[in-house]
Amino acid sequence: MSIAGHYSYFVTILLLMVGLFIVIARSNLIKKLVGLGLFQTAVYLLYIAPGKLIGGVAPIIGEGFEVYSNPLPHVLILTAIVVGVATLALGLALVVRIKEAYGSIEEEEILALDADDELKARDPS
Amino acid sequence: MKLDIILRVLAKLLIPFAVMFASYVQFHGDFGPGGGFQAGVIIAAAVIFYALIYGLPSARQVVPDALVEAMIAVGVLLYAGVGIAGLLLGGNYLDYFVLAHDPVHGQHRGIFWVEAGVAITVSAVMLKIFYVFAGRRRDASEEAS
Amino acid sequence: MLNSHLPILLVVVPLLAAPLIVLLRRSLPSWIVATAASVATLAIALPLLQQAVSEGVISYAIGNWPPPLGIEYRVDAANAFVAVIVSLIGVFVMPYCRRGVAAEVRSEEHYLFYAMMMLCLSGLLGILLTGDAFNLFVFLEISSLATYVLIAMGRDRRALVASYQYLLMGTIGATLYVIGIGLLYLQTGTLNLADMAARLPAMGDPRATLAALAFITVGISLKIALFPLHLWLPNAYAYSPSAVSAFLAATATKVSIYVLMRYFFTIFGETVVFDARYTGVILLALSLAAMFVPAVVAIFQTDLKRLLAYSSVSQIGYITLGISLHSVGGLTAALAHLFNHALTKGGMFLVLGGIVLRLGGSALDRMAGLGRTMPIAAFAFVIGGLSLIGIPGTAGFVSKWYLVTAAMAEGQWWLAGAVMLSSLLAVIYVWRFVEIAYFREPPDDHPPSGEAPLSLLVPALLMIAACVWFGLDASWSGSMARAAAEALAGGWK
Repeated sequence: MSIAGHYSYFVTILLLMVGLFIVIARSNLIKKLVGLGLFQTAVYLLYIAPGKLIGGVAPIIGEGFEVYSNPLPHVLILTAIVVGVATLALGLALVVRIKEAYGSIEEEEILALDADDELKARDPS
Repeated sequence: MKLDIILRVLAKLLIPFAVMFASYVQFHGDFGPGGGFQAGVIIAAAVIFYALIYGLPSARQVVPDALVEAMIAVGVLLYAGVGIAGLLLGGNYLDYFVLAHDPVHGQHRGIFWVEAGVAITVSAVMLKIFYVFAGRRRDASEEAS
Repeated sequence: MLNSHLPILLVVVPLLAAPLIVLLRRSLPSWIVATAASVATLAIALPLLQQAVSEGVISYAIGNWPPPLGIEYRVDAANAFVAVIVSLIGVFVMPYCRRGVAAEVRSEEHYLFYAMMMLCLSGLLGILLTGDAFNLFVFLEISSLATYVLIAMGRDRRALVASYQYLLMGTIGATLYVIGIGLLYLQTGTLNLADMAARLPAMGDPRATLAALAFITVGISLKIALFPLHLWLPNAYAYSPSAVSAFLAATATKVSIYVLMRYFFTIFGETVVFDARYTGVILLALSLAAMFVPAVVAIFQTDLKRLLAYSSVSQIGYITLGISLHSVGGLTAALAHLFNHALTKGGMFLVLGGIVLRLGGSALDRMAGLGRTMPIAAFAFVIGGLSLIGIPGTAGFVSKWYLVTAAMAEGQWWLAGAVMLSSLLAVIYVWRFVEIAYFREPPDDHPPSGEAPLSLLVPALLMIAACVWFGLDASWSGSMARAAAEALAGGWK
């Protein structure tokens, strides 16, 4: 198979890497969640793309259609999307609470605040 | 926003159709694309639309928080209850075949109730997420005052 | 009639309890429902284990769709054994929650706490029983999402950050697992684990299998907190409410370890995983690193909860060491340590929860003179610590004995030495508590002395007592671990 024949996989891998990179490299908690969303979305593509048959139609039995696309990946990914939405909602809710508790959503500032707390706890004077 | 007559009239016109489309997606889900999940999201979208135009407090009067939370639980119970019904009628868990005398009819009945449960829970969860995020600052300032 | 439906009931009972609790809303009724549900899961899990040991594999077709088309629950001695561990811990932790949660969680959130506990329990049991690869992912996420919420309910604001970090790491782990499943599905065209196991050998050993193995191993290892992927664990355990720390430390990572074992030994098979490549050597190296590095870190902790958390990472190393030996003996040791460590660490976190309630914090300095002010709790904590070290007469000794025997059977004598050395590190961090609690004067401003409330103390003491019981009489836990190991190695025939 040529590289062109595999192009959907290359797009998937690219998106995966971009998403993961954002999660690791950004210190803004919201941006991290954006990266996580991208990372998960890339996986949806990994499932959906191979399920499509060229010339295949939606798997509803009808006159004159013989080639059907595989519906199972769609069902799986619908489930995965729901899981992704739940994760994102929970993540954002946590960021809102972190913002209220720390007054910042930059990871470095939060870690610095925590380190300050720890120093104070050890040496109250 | 509350004084904008065009928006208010348009919302009143559109919301009934949104709810009707949701029920079409819900009940036609047996034969074509659609189902409880999509229908639930459309119902939630209709209420969120109402909240955007008429303000969050009036939306909370139409669909109170307590109702939303109860709906989340009821939908799941309904889904799981269909499964238990299958158990009690002598089949396996979530066995729709035993729900009616005719297995195909049983499948219809099972899917109908399961999808109803999904629609209730999904619409409630979507609304709950919206209420919690949209009401966050309001609730916090109410607590402070 | 109900006997044939045990596998599904085990998952559905807590799943039904969760929405019921949300409807009840009041703290006391929700606690009653949650406790009743966790007792029911144990009452279901025990006969299920008996059935699985005596009759072999139990297959349950959801919705009466025959596998591999429909979703199948597939129970053998291995997952029934881990299910018993999980529900047993649930039964210990739930009575404890009444007082523990009242002290640590805002009162209007109590019902949500119990609902999340039930969802977490249901998710963990679902992971264990399901025979479908994607269903496993869904249950993994149900339990993980519930866990993130539970951790964020801790009083400290650092609990929020810990929960957020765990959410990132956990989601990446679960997504990597899904990628692995996707690759396997593309190759075999099935998601049923037993069917997949039957079809994979005919595929030969293509690179896609290798990639799937790598993705699944790394993804699940993140959930296990296998060194060096453990970074989310110490904070998550340290800042969550005590009951949650105890429940998670005893169950969550253990269930993921079962998943890894299932994939290694039943799905891919030993030849693909261990004989054809260096998985065993890599796992051995990581396990050894886990046994030593976090144990050294634990020695320098100033907070007792964090100390226990690092010790958990170190103990996980013993379990994965048993896996890396890839013999029935090694697996038996791993499963036995799964059981014993769940009892030990769960019990210690429960005792610590009572201490924290009295002292108002888990900093080691506050524990000064604890041997005098709270003699029973301090003594129970030390017994738990002895089991962590592996002193004869405690549960920890039994599993370390199995581990050393398994290593020697493989001719790896030096591993016995490594286990001994790492136990010495455990002596040091347990001794830090002993020294502070027994040989220092209580501070002048120490809070009013007295034991923790009985409702906290009794479950904690029962768990520590169980840890001594299974140290003195290992016949039940040992034979069950053996049966489970043979079931894993034998595949789902």
